[in-house]
Amino acid sequence: MKYLRLRSKIDNWLTYGLIIVAYIVMRLLIAGGNISSTLQGQLVPITAYIVMAISLNLTVGVLGELSLGHAGFMSVGAFSGVITATLLTDAIPMTWLRLALAMLVGGLFAGIFGFLIGIPVLRLQGDYLAIVTLAFGEIIKNVVGTIYLGYDANGIQVSIENNTLQLGEGGKVILNGPKGATGITKLSSFNAGFILILITLFIVLNLINSKSGRAIKAVRDDKIAAESVGISIWRYRMMAFVTSATLAGAAGALYALNYSAVDAGKFDFNKSILILVFVVLGGMGNIRGSIIAATVLTVLPEVLRAFDEVRMLVYAIILILVMLVRNNKTLRQLFQKIGIRRRNSLSNNKEGDET
Amino acid sequence: MNRTIKKTKMVPLPSHSIIPERDIAQKPILEVRRLGINFGGLAAVEDFNIDVGRTEICGIIGPNGAGKTTIFNLLTKIYQPTSGAILLDGHDTANMNTVQINQAGIARTFQNIRLFPSLSVEDNVKIGLHNQIGYNMLSGIFRLPAFFSGERRARKRAMELLDIFDMTHLASHRAGSLPYGAQRRLELIRALATNPKLLLLDEPAAGMNPSETEELMSNIEKIRDSFQIAIMLIEHDMRLVMGICEGIAVINYGKIIAKGTPEEIQNNPLVIEAYLGKKKGNHTC
Amino acid sequence: MTFLSHLISGISLGSIYAIIALGYTMVYGIAKMLNFAHGDVIMVGGYMSFIAMIYFGWPPLLSILFAMVVCTVLGILIEQLAYKPLRAAPSLAVLITAIGVSYFLQNAAQLIFSANHKSYSSVVPFGSLRLFNDRLIISGTTIVTIIVCIVIILALNTIVNKTKIGKAMRAVSEDKDAAQLMGININKTISITFAIGSALAAVAGVLLCSAYPILMPTTGAMPGIKAFTAAVFGGIGSIPGAFLGGILLGIIEILGKAYISTQLSDAIVFAVLIIILLVKPTGLLGKKVLVKV
Ligand SMILES: Nc1ncnc2c1ncn2[C@@H]1O[C@H](COP(=O)(O)OP(=O)(O)O)[C@@H](O)[C@H]1O
Ligand SMILES: [Mg+2]
Repeated sequence: MKYLRLRSKIDNWLTYGLIIVAYIVMRLLIAGGNISSTLQGQLVPITAYIVMAISLNLTVGVLGELSLGHAGFMSVGAFSGVITATLLTDAIPMTWLRLALAMLVGGLFAGIFGFLIGIPVLRLQGDYLAIVTLAFGEIIKNVVGTIYLGYDANGIQVSIENNTLQLGEGGKVILNGPKGATGITKLSSFNAGFILILITLFIVLNLINSKSGRAIKAVRDDKIAAESVGISIWRYRMMAFVTSATLAGAAGALYALNYSAVDAGKFDFNKSILILVFVVLGGMGNIRGSIIAATVLTVLPEVLRAFDEVRMLVYAIILILVMLVRNNKTLRQLFQKIGIRRRNSLSNNKEGDET
Repeated sequence: MNRTIKKTKMVPLPSHSIIPERDIAQKPILEVRRLGINFGGLAAVEDFNIDVGRTEICGIIGPNGAGKTTIFNLLTKIYQPTSGAILLDGHDTANMNTVQINQAGIARTFQNIRLFPSLSVEDNVKIGLHNQIGYNMLSGIFRLPAFFSGERRARKRAMELLDIFDMTHLASHRAGSLPYGAQRRLELIRALATNPKLLLLDEPAAGMNPSETEELMSNIEKIRDSFQIAIMLIEHDMRLVMGICEGIAVINYGKIIAKGTPEEIQNNPLVIEAYLGKKKGNHTC
Repeated sequence: MTFLSHLISGISLGSIYAIIALGYTMVYGIAKMLNFAHGDVIMVGGYMSFIAMIYFGWPPLLSILFAMVVCTVLGILIEQLAYKPLRAAPSLAVLITAIGVSYFLQNAAQLIFSANHKSYSSVVPFGSLRLFNDRLIISGTTIVTIIVCIVIILALNTIVNKTKIGKAMRAVSEDKDAAQLMGININKTISITFAIGSALAAVAGVLLCSAYPILMPTTGAMPGIKAFTAAVFGGIGSIPGAFLGGILLGIIEILGKAYISTQLSDAIVFAVLIIILLVKPTGLLGKKVLVKV
């Protein structure tokens, strides 16, 4: 507590270090063939979830506003990314460049959505704000599921609700209404995910530890006080919200381009909640915590395969127990007696925000 | 109570307010005319008029619930006035919001301390310096030279300000973990950091012991002298009010019942009846 | 005439939302928590009445009663085990716990009843009401749903405004600490609120499955979210608000489906919610919160 400045610097380097070491270890495991194919298939989704969790932490932990619609931004990024990548198939043969552009466009579109949605959302407070983010998440899911989009030699065609696309010779449908994007060329890779995490960390950690991040945290702590010292709360809430949405969009593009087909239903309320669980379990404002929670909780259901049918039940019980133990004094003391210690509980979350 | 009474020569203005003679050459920093607000029928503040000189220390006193804090909330646009006009440095503030008011030159503290409890003491002050730190979001993210020079200057300035109250050694502590008196001082420093022309202090000595209050009094005067700003303060501690305020306004039920120098206020029968005379020696109301 | 028929369907669907929303709103008003597991209690109610009717061969009324009893016990159990230890915890912790409970209920149901859907047959034993030479047909389920909703809202209003426990509930929702000082047993009041909310969820489950006869472990999820929206719409914490919000939401959804777009009906519902909240940030009948500085 005494050396907050120094501690936050060390914390940041630890976070980068963790990611880099984890990446090297995984690379070695893959090279040695010591990794199950299911886990290998999970690598890209894990990296996407890590980016999702870090970006949501910016809204929930650092800005202090509950968002229940983060998957909506992932969705916007996913589909605009897929469209970009597909349209550029012939123009850009380098897959890495196409992927990078897809993530960039995905992030850009999600950021624009974040701004537009932020205008009404950020007029509200607390639970009401949370509900409106939920509503926007559902609207995005619902609307994306009705879009048909394809292209042929004459250009792009779009129709809504009914498939009225009339594509010429060699035309290709990219979005197919409720079926979502089909026939995607897989571009994503573990390497790309790793780089996206590094970029995300760079942006988020540097933002948090700068003038703007300080203002965002001030707005979280006390809006009236922030305004009274000349901080525009609208501006900094918007900055956090849009940055968060942009990164979620890039993660969405990475995620979608890892599959041959993705539909809008993949980015539903449950997905938003999943990400929120990562953030809360990892610790509010604690970026490294988000990374660890996203990884552990994505791998956990795989590990629980031994329990087969009951694994999701076990997952639910673990989730409830962790929340209870961390936030109830009596239970926490009980666990500490048996020797299980935990940092960063929600009840002292305010201290974890320097990470 | 009579220990030290401020002896500044006060001169009347056409508006019937008084300001220190030394400030008379310039326009008052604050001119308030017929200010009022209603809360569902209750006139919490009504027909409030005051002028504050450029380097005046001005006190507002009155019993609990009189409407003193509400006046500060109106001046800083946390509440929207239902009537009246506020001129800051000659400019009408009618269309300004809280943020713009601060940027135009009014900074304040709160009766119920409002710090940023999870941030460090130093960061709390730097938030006050926010609009003077000249780099933008992108320089911050990409760590451009402007970021480093801006942060370095902010840190230096923050330390200078903390030094006024001998708080530099607390710079890296969490603001929320400070003792009460230190929190009050930090809030004052944070307000001062925004470079105001007028500083509003809402019960700055509340919860302080006599020696802390003594230090606060000399610091308030020191701040006024070195920054050449006006200070308006709400306070129940009569020793502080009579000791450092040059002009005093007494409020009861949302209205000014008396205005004058400390001497005049002390001898005003209306004031004694409404406020001072009620419970001698008990100024916690 | 088709408009009238849509309107009646809307009111009927809205009645179900209203009954669910009452549970959300009462719990929010008193425990200040968003109980995201509420939707899944509906699903449990559906399964319980299904079992009672199909496996035990009980008559509909008894089956409903059975579902209500099971859900009430379940509601109290959830509150005691999962939420009560978190009284002093940040609201986000409680929210995540509620989500954990929701996962638990869904997966338990999946384990016990399998993910395959069950075809539910309506509990309403009589057929449709045919009016205007068959130009307006109202199903028995629709009529019963609307009547049940009205009865519930009247009963609840009486409980909250006329009984001692209702007074305690209002006091706790107004100011927990003050209520405690006045000798009100907070824990008991919260438990009773959960019990009432869960019993209502069971009724909603039966009505929902009677109207839309597909029963799955996720049956409660979407109606739960929508009813929650309805509660916010009407002003969360307000009982008349939940009723109004539920009915309006049902009407908007059905009319949106009929006249604007089938596929976009959910988007329309949520868009209306957003607009309402922008105009009235605390919902239609919500109280304005006073911020004193
Ligand atoms: N936001 C508000 N809504 C309603 N009444 C208020 C509000 N703020 C203050 N008041 C009322 O205005 C009166 C003056 O309060 P205040 O200015 O805080 O008094 P004090 O002189 O003790 O600082 C009190 O009666 C108080 O209850
Ligand atoms: Mg006051």
